[in-house]
Amino acid sequence: MGQRVGLEVSLACSEAVKLANVDVIAAYPITPQTHIVEHLSELVADGHLDAEFVPVESEHTAMSACVGSSAAGARTFTSSAAQGLALMHEILFIASSLRLPIVMAVANRSLSGPISIWNDHSDIMAERDINWIQYFAENGQEVLDLTIAAFKIAEDKRVTLPVAVNLDGFVLTHVIEPIDMPDQKEVDAYLPPFAPQQKLDIANPISMGLVGVPEIYTEAKKACQVALEESYGVIKEHWDGFAKQFGRQYNPIETYKADDAEILLVTMGSLGETCMSAVDQMRADGLKVGQVRIRLWRPFPADDFLAAVKGAKSLVVMDRALQPGSASGPVATELKSLLFDRGKQMYVSNFVAGLGGRDVTRADFAGMVKKTMEAQSAGQQMACEMWGVKE
Amino acid sequence: MNIAAKALENFEKITAKKMPAIEPVSKGHRACQGCGEVLAMRLAAKAVGESLIAVSATGCMEIISSPYPQTAWECPWIHVAFENAAAVASGVEAGRKALIRKGRIKDDGAKVVAFAGDGGTADIGLQALSGALERGHDFTYICLDNEAYMNTGIQRSSSTPYGAMTTTSPPGKKSKGQVTWKKNMPMIAAAHNVPYVATASPAWHLDLMNKVKKAVTVPGPAYVHIFAPCPTGWRCAPEAALQTARQVVECRMFPLYEVIDGRFVLTKDIKKPILVEEYFKAQRRFRHLGPEDIAYIQKRVDADWERLLALVKATNPDAAEEAKEG
Repeated sequence: MGQRVGLEVSLACSEAVKLANVDVIAAYPITPQTHIVEHLSELVADGHLDAEFVPVESEHTAMSACVGSSAAGARTFTSSAAQGLALMHEILFIASSLRLPIVMAVANRSLSGPISIWNDHSDIMAERDINWIQYFAENGQEVLDLTIAAFKIAEDKRVTLPVAVNLDGFVLTHVIEPIDMPDQKEVDAYLPPFAPQQKLDIANPISMGLVGVPEIYTEAKKACQVALEESYGVIKEHWDGFAKQFGRQYNPIETYKADDAEILLVTMGSLGETCMSAVDQMRADGLKVGQVRIRLWRPFPADDFLAAVKGAKSLVVMDRALQPGSASGPVATELKSLLFDRGKQMYVSNFVAGLGGRDVTRADFAGMVKKTMEAQSAGQQMACEMWGVKE
Repeated sequence: MNIAAKALENFEKITAKKMPAIEPVSKGHRACQGCGEVLAMRLAAKAVGESLIAVSATGCMEIISSPYPQTAWECPWIHVAFENAAAVASGVEAGRKALIRKGRIKDDGAKVVAFAGDGGTADIGLQALSGALERGHDFTYICLDNEAYMNTGIQRSSSTPYGAMTTTSPPGKKSKGQVTWKKNMPMIAAAHNVPYVATASPAWHLDLMNKVKKAVTVPGPAYVHIFAPCPTGWRCAPEAALQTARQVVECRMFPLYEVIDGRFVLTKDIKKPILVEEYFKAQRRFRHLGPEDIAYIQKRVDADWERLLALVKATNPDAAEEAKEG
């Protein structure tokens, strides 16, 4: 059996990587990811983790080295945030196109400019279309658990795609939480060593990364996209398997007091817990409010989401990134498109909040709900609103 | 430090009689007629042989060798992007190192070799290369220098020689073509204190192959800079490629040397150089240059040669002593 410890969430992430017995870590420091890679380099330096720690000279090289390492057949991890993730941008697409099961923890941080080291989701939303599996953790335990599960999912022969585990910068990375730490035997039982189907091997030469002439580029992209769509079932399977092994169940979409709710707040990431507390308060005030938390972002769990919101009349969608020039934030765009496709009429309001580390409180959630209810009862459409802008 | 010298103590040279039959870069690729770059890459790959794991940067050599579903590569090969061949190679090396140490794969003696053009090396890939050299990965980086961005249509790079015409350094009323002096990549690599650096030309094919073989034999990072004539981009006849590869060495513009553990060794002394003008003749990229320009280039080439000789002398104090005594 494992034990319960008090641990900084960044370190919980590193411990998960250690428990996964990773072979190569290639990383470049960026706030607020630093504690993750610092601790990993300590684990390697002290001999607790037998891995190559490649202290690269940029994030572009971090992801490039991860591609090389994974192509050589090694279990590979990196972590980044914001500008670092943006610098990896080019290679992120190639990592998924080459079907390499790299795992990356993204310590979500706002993108410059102006420069800001604080938390929002603008970094990962700019990488929405990289064909990686992408999910969001809400607390330290989830970070640990979902990082271990990420290797299991990524390396599954039916998937072979990279996975990004998102954890909010500072709000999660720099807080100490109680964590149930599994022991190595349990993790080994869940996660066998990486057995790549293909690798760079002189006994069995293959060419990787060939030119996609017009006759095959479309088909190559299609194959990659289908793999991402079909990973949904495998993700569920391995999260269920995780529950069997470790006793903690994770689902693509989670709900809170949603069954009889008329209004549902939709969140993604660590603000989900603040929101739950706000829901409790609003419930005490007699409002039929509930919450839907998106854990799996790519591939988007459309049916789970629709099932979760089926009884509600309206959605209050919170985005933590802007989609300038568009009518909604990225999450609301996703949801509105889905509702339209499935012929489902719902009143949807959209608030972009918590940019660049701005706190979002229970009062803020209550304010968003109040504003939505007023507009809806007055029969007014609501434009996407940047919440709490100082005029 | 004698890392390279020690590793090369019993070095077995490739000779015409002992030419490896293996062709990791096979026939049927789509390079232009007379391409000196694919010739250089083929020779380099032959020199490494069956232990080669190749990493290619985006560029001519990647495009002509891998139009899916075809590949000219008989060895394990990966291409990722333009600027990151050294970074990818460092990852391949690190991954294999970890797997070998953990007993998950056997140590098959594979050699990781990155291939990139001059743009992918001296310009956009310089940072990744510097990082990989500095971190000390056991790999070889080969720059195939055809002195411009040929794959995109002959644009200038920092490795384009002074005065040369390219599509982005066109001679005109206010320009003589390339206005900057060629970046000295081998010296930049040598400044990283890696065990082995060499320059080579396909006109001396055995020398080229042996330098590549030495590069993969020494532990740690090695850098080989190979002159790679491009008849298409240099506006010369396909059959002139090897002639230019010979003349550029004979006029001292591209000296052949090694840097072994920091010690400079001239591998082809040019006692009676031809004039740079002679080397320029077959190439239309230099045709617009006047006598003054050529005189300026000749002067700088001579000065660079003297500087190289001084480096050879400075880094071989024992040899100088021996010469004095002898």
